This record gives sequence, C-alpha cells and structure tokens, in this order.
Amino acid sequence: MSLNLLQFIRRRTGSAPVARERLQILLAHERGLRSQPDLLGVLREEILAVVSRHVALDPEKVVVRMDRGETVSTLEVDIELPNGFDKRIAVAS
Amino acid sequence: MAKVLVVTSGKGGVGKTTSTAAIGAALARDGEKVVVVDFDVGLRNLDLIMGAERRVVFDLVNVAQGVAKLSQALIRDKRLESLWLLPASQTRDKDALTDDGVRDIIADLRTKFDWVICDSPAGIERGATLAMRYADEAIVVTNPEVSSVRDADRIIGMLDSKTVKAEAGEQMKKHVLITRYDTGRAARGEMLSIDDILEILAIPLLGIIPESQDVLKASNVGSPVTLNDAASLPARAYTDAARRLNGETIAMMVPTEQRRRFMDRLLGRRAA
Repeated sequence: MSLNLLQFIRRRTGSAPVARERLQILLAHERGLRSQPDLLGVLREEILAVVSRHVALDPEKVVVRMDRGETVSTLEVDIELPNGFDKRIAVAS
Repeated sequence: MAKVLVVTSGKGGVGKTTSTAAIGAALARDGEKVVVVDFDVGLRNLDLIMGAERRVVFDLVNVAQGVAKLSQALIRDKRLESLWLLPASQTRDKDALTDDGVRDIIADLRTKFDWVICDSPAGIERGATLAMRYADEAIVVTNPEVSSVRDADRIIGMLDSKTVKAEAGEQMKKHVLITRYDTGRAARGEMLSIDDILEILAIPLLGIIPESQDVLKASNVGSPVTLNDAASLPARAYTDAARRLNGETIAMMVPTEQRRRFMDRLLGRRAA
C-alpha cells in the first residue's frame, strides 16, 4: 500500500526525485570510499597474512566481499582451506 | 594578480569547452586580459570553438617541450584584443605533457595575463589532473542529470586532494556551473532541479546556462556564444557568471524562453 502510494507520488512528480535519491545514496558511499582507498584490498592482504601464519593456503581462495546496505554494511570473508591442514591449530582455536 | 581557473567536469560533453570560450570572452570584453588554454591533448577543440583552428602553428606541447616559445604559440583573438588562446596539440602521445612543463607554462602565463582559464579534458586521467594541478579556482560544469552530477562529485574530491593548493593545505575555491538547464522540465519534476544539484554537490553556484540552440549556432560559426549573440539567453547567463567570478554580486536568474519572448515583444524585437 505504501509502495503504491510512493509510485503514485512519483508518477505525479516525475522522475527527478528518484534521481536525487539515487544520487544521494550512491555519493554517500563513494565519498566514504575516497578517504580510505581500496579498503577491501588492504583488508584482504592483512587477513591473508594473519591466516597464512598458521595455515598454508592458496591466496586465490581468499574472498573478501563488502555488501553495502542503507544503515548497515556487512563484511564477508570466505577462506577456503585445503584438506589436511594442521589440525592442532584448528583445535586450539 | 593573475588567477588560474580550471574548467572541469569528469564527464565529457557537458560543456567545458563552450563554457571556457564563453566565460573567457566575457571577461575579456569586460577589459580583463585573458588566455584560454586547451589541455585536451590529442582531441583539441577549443581552437574550433574560438574560430582559430586555421591559425594554430605551435601548441601547448611544443612550448612544454621547449620546441617553441610561449609567445609563438599564443594566438590573439580577432574580435577581442585582450583575449588569447593557447591551443593543445593533436599528437596522440598521452605523456607529451609533463608536470614540470605545465608548471612552468602556468607560471609564465601568470605574469602575462589577469586570467588563465584551463579547459580540462574529460575523465580523471593525466590530462585532467594536469589541467587542475596549478589552479587557484575551479568551475565544475554539470548537466542536471545523474551521471554528470556523480562525476562532478568525483572531480570535486580530486580538486580537494590532487591540486597543489590542496596539498599545501589551502582551500581550493570551487563553483558549480549548471549547463543545458531546461526550466520547464525541472519544474515538471523531469529533471534534477538547481536545489537538488546544489544540495548534493554542496559548492556555490556560479551560473545556470539554459539549454539553447544559440550554443550550437555559435559553435557552428566558431565564435564564443557570449560574442556571437550577446543578447541571447546563454550569452547573458555566461556574462553574469563571468562577472560573478570577477567579484560582482549579480542576482541569479533562470532565464527562460518565455521571458525572452515577453522582452522581445516589449522591445519590439524580431524573434531570432
């Protein structure tokens, strides 16, 4: 119902409000990124360094992903470990 | 004291060259000594817009590389005594311009002119960063359209970080110039409004240039729009913008075709 109302208003007022809203959201993110160049790249390198101190791993198998939401963003780190890695470390952690 | 101004945008085709020529000519007509410098190496066009394309002998790259003297490369405008052009080269070598070369040329131009207006190439590569590098002030040109506003925002970030002024910890003075504005479409909510753009970019407004056929007419004949038809709507908007740059306080108006017709009727002018 609220969506219909929104669509109704948008149709009445043209597409400029949509443009403004999209720009505001996008630029808020892009401006944040500017001050911290390649945050994901840095994170990926540092995580890789820490983990490989304990486990031999393939750098290609480390995926760091950021998902930006309007209020909360999530950082997803996906590390694929080869089978037969040192089990003592896994138990210790 | 000379002022070095960069006209930049990030996105291509928004009116950087048109605006450089129009504002440069308007300042020169008001008695200022002006040079417009084309930084678009490989894709020069300011010479064409200024109507000086057949008079180019030496260019910016020749001067930067020491092949020609600055005085040999400068072209004086045929209409205005105090308006000069320093053309870009048509070479395809992207690295033809060096940081030091540009620094020396700008320093030299500062001693000879009141205004050095640098027409930046589109993009955020070397040519664009060199065009803004030694500037005191910037005009960020944008259209009322999302991709152009986004790129303008990116360029504002670069002006605040990659210029000599910014690196020295000083504030780079920036103005936004909104071109191709259609009052009717903005009023109907079909186009970003002036307020929308100013709220998003958060830098002061230098002028609003209406969408107009007069701009194309002027470029067809190789004349800055402010000289080709000084009474036209875009010419008046550019002239006001130039005077604001020069420190005058002029009320911002959004010139509309309707107002023009009304004024024409009032003054008994024939429609163009």
